[in-house]
Amino acid sequence: MAAPLLEVRDLGVRFTTRDGQVTVLDDVSFTLERGERISFVGESGCGKSMTALALMGLLPAMGQVSGGMINFKGEDLVTASESRMRQIRGNEISMIFQEPMTSLNPVFTIGRQIAEVLQLHRGLDRRAALARAIDLLEAVRIPNAAARIDDYPHQLSGGQRQRVMIAIALACEPEILIADEPTTALDVTVQAEIFALLRDLGAKLETAIILITHDMGAVAQMAERMLVMYAGRRVEEGRVADIIKASAHPYTRGLISCVPHITADATRRLDRLPEIDGIVPPITSFGRDACLFAPRCGRASEACHGGRPAQAEVAGHKAHSVACWHPHDGGA
Amino acid sequence: MAVQRQMTESDSQTPRAQHPLREVLQMFVGNRAAVVASVILLMIVLAAVFGPMLYPTDPFEMVWAPFTPPGTDGFILGTDYLGRDMLSGLLNGGRVSLTIGLVAALMSVFIGISFGALAGFYRGVVEEVLMRITEFFQVLPTLLFSMVIVALFGASLTVVTIAVGIVSWTAVARITRAEFLRIRELEYVTASRAAGASNMVLMTRVILPNALPPIIVQAALMVGSAILFEAGLAFLGLSDPNVVSWGQIIGSNRTYILDAGFTVTIPGLAIFVTVLSISLIGDGLNDALNPKLRRR
Repeated sequence: MAAPLLEVRDLGVRFTTRDGQVTVLDDVSFTLERGERISFVGESGCGKSMTALALMGLLPAMGQVSGGMINFKGEDLVTASESRMRQIRGNEISMIFQEPMTSLNPVFTIGRQIAEVLQLHRGLDRRAALARAIDLLEAVRIPNAAARIDDYPHQLSGGQRQRVMIAIALACEPEILIADEPTTALDVTVQAEIFALLRDLGAKLETAIILITHDMGAVAQMAERMLVMYAGRRVEEGRVADIIKASAHPYTRGLISCVPHITADATRRLDRLPEIDGIVPPITSFGRDACLFAPRCGRASEACHGGRPAQAEVAGHKAHSVACWHPHDGGA
Repeated sequence: MAVQRQMTESDSQTPRAQHPLREVLQMFVGNRAAVVASVILLMIVLAAVFGPMLYPTDPFEMVWAPFTPPGTDGFILGTDYLGRDMLSGLLNGGRVSLTIGLVAALMSVFIGISFGALAGFYRGVVEEVLMRITEFFQVLPTLLFSMVIVALFGASLTVVTIAVGIVSWTAVARITRAEFLRIRELEYVTASRAAGASNMVLMTRVILPNALPPIIVQAALMVGSAILFEAGLAFLGLSDPNVVSWGQIIGSNRTYILDAGFTVTIPGLAIFVTVLSISLIGDGLNDALNPKLRRR
């Protein structure tokens, strides 16, 4: 089997704060094949976005990669130079952000902003880049694209802006597109359209998509595989269908049961939506040698507080692994 | 009022392409004082540019009896204490005053933006060093400092311009830094970075265009203060003696202010009207460019 497009192994990220070093990402590993769609799932502050920023080499100034490697087509991005990362960003790996309202530069036309990436990475001249920008706007299904390239961002709706962001991100036909909660700020109907668009374009360009979200519904719509993160660690990984059907980690169970429309029978009323008690632990405790979910977990035992669970295959499922001392059985 | 209504109509409904500059222009045109000031300033500039050609009397030549009152013997603005033509002095002096004002302002904008942009973008040590330098210049007594420069390097036009520019860039640096500090944290900067933009591109093409409005306002006001500053230096006799400027006319005639007040009043009025116009224009720009005053 050929080497995967992207292989992240034991990636660790640390922040230097006033109170000393804190671990933000703790031995995160995953692989991504060409054209595959994977989803990072977890509550806010679990390190999903940090993983993405680490891939892009865009960690905030106080953060640094403390260990591990990011192997992208045979090249380790952790040690890559800043100028090499600049070539990769927007060209081989691109990213779209949560807030389409503020992600576009307000003083330039959208056409110019799309053209800019093409000029930068593809060496196109202005005219050719603008012509290509029209094609791209059509590809992201913005009607009357030829006229809209002269629009300024404030003249577009949120959904349209996110489409423009997608056009910019896909302009250079990258191998990987990271979508950091791309639809959180949008209406539900627009959300479905954006996902359909991402799926279609991803398939057409063979672009692998990393979707970062806390919305299980989005995962079900978008991804083939999912990676559940908690407190900077990977707690469960596997095919979306497997995990939704039979998640092994209590945290994943909690996340899934929080969402009514995946499992709920439409004819039956759910009395009360279950929730996960408690909150994500403070970031200062992320590095501890224990299961960090234990304080919120109904199945916690001595072992959970005393040691870090190893990532292990779930019996009966291929490519489904979990880091838990007391995982749920595959079937139940 | 009419402008206001027209704008809200065109903006709220049809998302027709409207250049942000046009919006600014509409706002500016709505400010009557700024429009009047623009017209006055335009006339002053035209007079300074073309006046000496249309009225070619040498401003240094003694052409008539001293202290000829304005309007007599064919001298519209009279003559000064050496019998030199005041109108010619005013036109030629306008050239010098406006040029020095403009060039000095451009210079301080350039220095100020460079310092402020680097400090605001890179933060850390760079910011510390650059802002301490800025503060150093800020606390110097400006008039004294520029007098020292002129005294050291001689009173030529270039030196005077540099002297004026060097003492007035600190405000631009601070404004630019503040804007950069604010804008660098915005999402579209991160998005541009994620699209592969280099630091240079981020600074000059992404952040700077968004930081410009308050800088433009400050620059406009600075042209006015530079003219005043040059007038001050010239009044003290610290300006190029080979060219005539408004401040210099006032300075050389000041002894005769009681006998022939017009020799001082006329160039004084010229300075006053010019600087006031520039201030009003700056004010109008401020209103037009300030996003908080613009309804969105």
